[in-house]
Amino acid sequence: MTATAFRADPGIPGPGTFGSEPDDHAGIYRYDDLDRRFVAERVEQFSKQVTRRLAGELTEDEFKPLRLMNGLYLQLHAYMLRIAVPYGVLTTTQFRKLSEIGRKYDKGYGHFTTRQNLQFNWIKLEDTPAILGELAEVDMHALQTSGNCVRNVTTDQFVGASADEIVDGRVYAEILRQWTIAHPEFTYLPRKFKIAIMGSDSDRAAIRTHDVGVIAKRNEAGETGFTFYVGGGLGRSPFVGKLVREWVPEQDFAAYLEAILRVYNQYGRRDNIYKARIKILVHQLGIDKFKAEVEEEFARLPRPKFTLAPEIVEGIRARFASPGLERLPAESAEFERSKAENVEFARWSTVNLAAHKAPGYAIVSVSLKPAGGIPGDITSEQMDTLADLADRYSFGEIRVTHAQNLVLAHVRKDDLFDLWRQLDAIGLATANIGLIGDIIACPGLDYCALANARSIPLAQAISARFADPARQQAIGELGIKISGCINACGHHHVGHIGILGVDKRGEERYQITIGGDATLTTAIGDIIGPAVTEEAAVDAIDTMVEIYLANRTEGERFLDTIRRIGHGPFKESIYAAD
Amino acid sequence: MPLIEDGRPAEDSWTSVPDGEPVPGDIPAIISFERWQAERDSFAGRNTKLGVRLKGGTLAPAIAEDLDRFALVAVEFPKFRDGRGFSTARELRERYGYEGEIRAVGHVLPDQYLFLKRTGFTSVEAPEGTNLESWVNALSEVSVVYQPGLGKDDPNPLINRWLKSEAVQG
Ligand code: SF4
Repeated sequence: MTATAFRADPGIPGPGTFGSEPDDHAGIYRYDDLDRRFVAERVEQFSKQVTRRLAGELTEDEFKPLRLMNGLYLQLHAYMLRIAVPYGVLTTTQFRKLSEIGRKYDKGYGHFTTRQNLQFNWIKLEDTPAILGELAEVDMHALQTSGNCVRNVTTDQFVGASADEIVDGRVYAEILRQWTIAHPEFTYLPRKFKIAIMGSDSDRAAIRTHDVGVIAKRNEAGETGFTFYVGGGLGRSPFVGKLVREWVPEQDFAAYLEAILRVYNQYGRRDNIYKARIKILVHQLGIDKFKAEVEEEFARLPRPKFTLAPEIVEGIRARFASPGLERLPAESAEFERSKAENVEFARWSTVNLAAHKAPGYAIVSVSLKPAGGIPGDITSEQMDTLADLADRYSFGEIRVTHAQNLVLAHVRKDDLFDLWRQLDAIGLATANIGLIGDIIACPGLDYCALANARSIPLAQAISARFADPARQQAIGELGIKISGCINACGHHHVGHIGILGVDKRGEERYQITIGGDATLTTAIGDIIGPAVTEEAAVDAIDTMVEIYLANRTEGERFLDTIRRIGHGPFKESIYAAD
Repeated sequence: MPLIEDGRPAEDSWTSVPDGEPVPGDIPAIISFERWQAERDSFAGRNTKLGVRLKGGTLAPAIAEDLDRFALVAVEFPKFRDGRGFSTARELRERYGYEGEIRAVGHVLPDQYLFLKRTGFTSVEAPEGTNLESWVNALSEVSVVYQPGLGKDDPNPLINRWLKSEAVQG
C-alpha cells in the first residue's frame, strides 16, 4: 500500500503528532487517535490512583501492583521509571523526548535495558505524572513494563532490515502488543510474562530464554506460521524453553498464545513467588501434559472471535511499509576507499555492521559499551546528536537492542564513513559489538535493592582491561553477562562467560560460569569454581581468554573451543594457583 | 456487603448460606462448592434458585457438569493479586456456555472492575468499606479496549480497526 492510499482510507487515521509524512520515519507504528486516547485515559487513571493512595483508600499493598503496571519501581535510592519501547523501535522525535526527560528529571542520561526499554534511575515520585504526560505527547508510556502482566514484547533488533529475514517480526510483535494491552484476563498472572519473537534463522532475540519464544517462518506454500517455545527463563532456576508446537498458522497466532496464557493463569503456582513463572509449571507438569492442556484449550477457543483475519495482519503490515530505500549498487567505492585509508574505520566496519537486505545499504550497531563505561548508559547530549544522525542517515529511526546497544538500521554504504566520524566525535564509535567489551550487566548493587554485589564496576573493569580494540577483534565473538544476584537480570546463565554477584559474609564476590549460549542452541553455563573478588574475576577472564587463544583452531569461537576441549583446562588454570 | 451491577450499586436478591446452616427453600440461596459436593442429593427437589460459591483454587472444570443446576456462580478472589478468577469466569462463559449470573466475591478492587466485566462477570460483591464512587467511575475510566472480551456491551476491540468493514472512527 502506498503512503497516499494509506492516508486516503477513511478507516485508518493518518499520522498524528509528528506532523510529517509516513515515510519520514521508517517502519514505525504510528499511534492513531484511539491509541492516544487509551494512553491519555491511563495517565488520568493513574493520577486518580495516586490520589486514592494518598487519601488512604488504597493500601500500599493494593497500590503497589497498580504503580508497577505503570512502570514505577522503588529502587535502593530513588524511584525508577521504566519506559516501554515496543520491540525496541523509536522515532527520533521520541528519542529526543527521552533525552529531554533525562535532562529535566534525571541526571542528564538514560539507561537502556536488556528488555529493549529505557530506564530513568533517579526519578521523584511527584514528577511522575508530569513525565508520563510528556511521554504521552510523543505516543509513549510506561505501561506494562513491570507487574505480573504480559511485558513489552521484544524482537530482533535488525527486524525489517536484515538480509537473512524470512518474516517481518514487527508485524506480529505489534499484533501482540495490541492484543496484550490491558488484557482483562491476563493482567494478574502468577508472575511476569515475557515474550520474544524472531523472524529469521539466526536467533538474535534469545527466544528460548523467554516465557514464550516465537519463531515466525514460512512453509512451502509461502504461508506464515509460528513455532512456539514455552517455559524458558533464567533467574534462580534457569530453564531452556521447550518446543510446544512446531507450526501454528498465522490466523491462530493470538489464539494459541491465549491458550498458553489461560493454562498458565489457572495452573501456575501462586504460593511461592520463586516458583510462579511458567517455566516451573512446564517443568512440574512435564512438557507433554502442559502441551495437552494447551491444545485442549486451543481447540475450544471460540472462533472466529480469536481468529486473526488476514485483513488485520495486512492492515498492520501496511504500517511497516519499507522506508524510501534507493536502488543502489551493492558495492560502494567510497566505502571501500575509506576502509582502505582508515584502519579504525575498517575495524568498526568489520565489527559493527550487519548485512542489509537492500543492496548498497548496511545496518549499523552503535555500541553503548565504551571501554570503562557503564553498559547501556547514554547522555542526553549523545542522544540529541544521535537523533540528528538518525534523521540524516537512517530515516529518523533508532532501535534498542537486548544487548543494551542501539541500531541505525538503514544506512547507505556511501554515508558510512561520514556517520562513523560523527559517531566517533561523540564517543559512540566503539568497535566491539559481540566482542568481549560488549558486556551485558544488570544495574546491580549501585541501584537495585535485591543485589548481592555491584555489576557495573566489574563490567567497567573488564572492558577497561580489554580496551584495545585490536585485541578485542583478535579474540573475536565472546559475550560476557553479569548479574548482581540470582534473579539473573543480566542473563549471566547464558553468557559465554557468565558472572553472578554473591554475598560472602558481607563481602561482594563473583561466581564465574562458562559455556552459556543465548541462541537457539541455548545452553546454561557451568560454574567453574568458588566465587572470587572483583579483581580476581577480571584476572580469571584474562586467563581464560589466553587459554582459548592458545587452543583455538582456525575460525573457532570461544564457545566452540570450550565445547571441543571441555571446561577442565579453564577451571584448572584459574584455581590451580590457589 | 455492597453489590455492584452494571456499574451501579444494586439490591442483592441472593442470600449466602454458611456451611452447616439450613438452606432456606423459598429464597435464592448461595451455598459453598464443598457443601454442594457433600449434600447434592438434598437439593434434588429444590424449586427456588440455587447459587454456588467457588474458592479461588476451584477452577471452572470442577463445576462444569453441574452448571445447569445453578442460576449463579460466585467466584472468590482470595487476594486481588490472584487473577485465576478472571479465567474461571471466562471458561464458564466460553468453554462451558454458562449463561447465568457470575459474581465476583472476596478481595477485588474497583481498578479491576472493567476486567471483571470483560471476562464475563455480571456482578461484584464489593468488599466492606469500599468507596462505591470508585466502583461507579471504574467502568468509564478507560474506554478503549484492544482485544475481544465478553459482556453484551463489550466495545469493538481496537485490533479490529484494521478491518475496513468495521473501521472505528477516532
Ligand atoms: S539481577 Fe539481581 S541485582 Fe541485578 S537487577 Fe536483577 S534483581 Fe537487581
